Amino acid sequence: MNAYDEDRLKKLLQQALPPVEADPEPGRDLWPAMLRRLDARPAAPRPSSWAWFDAALLASLAAFAALVPASIPVFLYYL
Amino acid sequence: MARRNGKGEERMPNGSSDLLNAFRHGSPEAFEAAFETLFHQHQRAVYGWILRIVRNPATAEDLTVETFWRIYRARDSFQPSRGFEGWARRIATRAALDWLRSARPETELPAEIPAPATADSAVSAEIRRKIALAFQRLAPKLRIAATLAVIEELPQKDVAEALGISVAAVKLRVFRALRLLRRDLQQQGITS
Repeated sequence: MNAYDEDRLKKLLQQALPPVEADPEPGRDLWPAMLRRLDARPAAPRPSSWAWFDAALLASLAAFAALVPASIPVFLYYL
Repeated sequence: MARRNGKGEERMPNGSSDLLNAFRHGSPEAFEAAFETLFHQHQRAVYGWILRIVRNPATAEDLTVETFWRIYRARDSFQPSRGFEGWARRIATRAALDWLRSARPETELPAEIPAPATADSAVSAEIRRKIALAFQRLAPKLRIAATLAVIEELPQKDVAEALGISVAAVKLRVFRALRLLRRDLQQQGITS
């Protein structure tokens, strides 16, 4: 594609999709929509509760493995 | 979150640097107030930038809110020393790019493509529509570079910063976009 072709193509493109006017303004105040979006945010996950649950599960499994050593190969198989 | 109806200036420290530091490092209350002030200061610029990319006012408004939502969540990655505008522009560009990737080309095109003031009378509305449709068929990352650099004639340096790529990469994307567009138009018999 030579420079003439490129220039012509650019002009055609600008004819088809005219540039947006300078410094356009939204048609409405967007702050109320922003507040609605902030209110709709999902509650943050509580990692501390999951950490507690994970620790309890791990301790249970360790206790069970200590009481029934034969279960260890079964656990390893399913990991 | 503390809800407010005003512009938030009462609780805000004076000066841009203090404002940006309050946004990044401030207490939850200072952060909320700084966010509101930054929203009011920059929403118009962010909206204008997104409108240049998506070319649809209603979509640009929605994406402006989406951009500030991402800004709100990305507080920890903000560096006050590098300024807010460029950072916000990069986030806005990413939000617009995500939208371009998810939207079907037909849904982006206005029903009537307005003729520019300097329209060539030899280029009919139908041809303009075909060109616009061919342009919409380009990959979003090529389209966004060509939109900003060719249609909007923005400096390639600004385009590169907004896209997070080098100026050379912008030139390459624009070149590829124009080459693919030309091939598409040739197949339709619009250009030789």
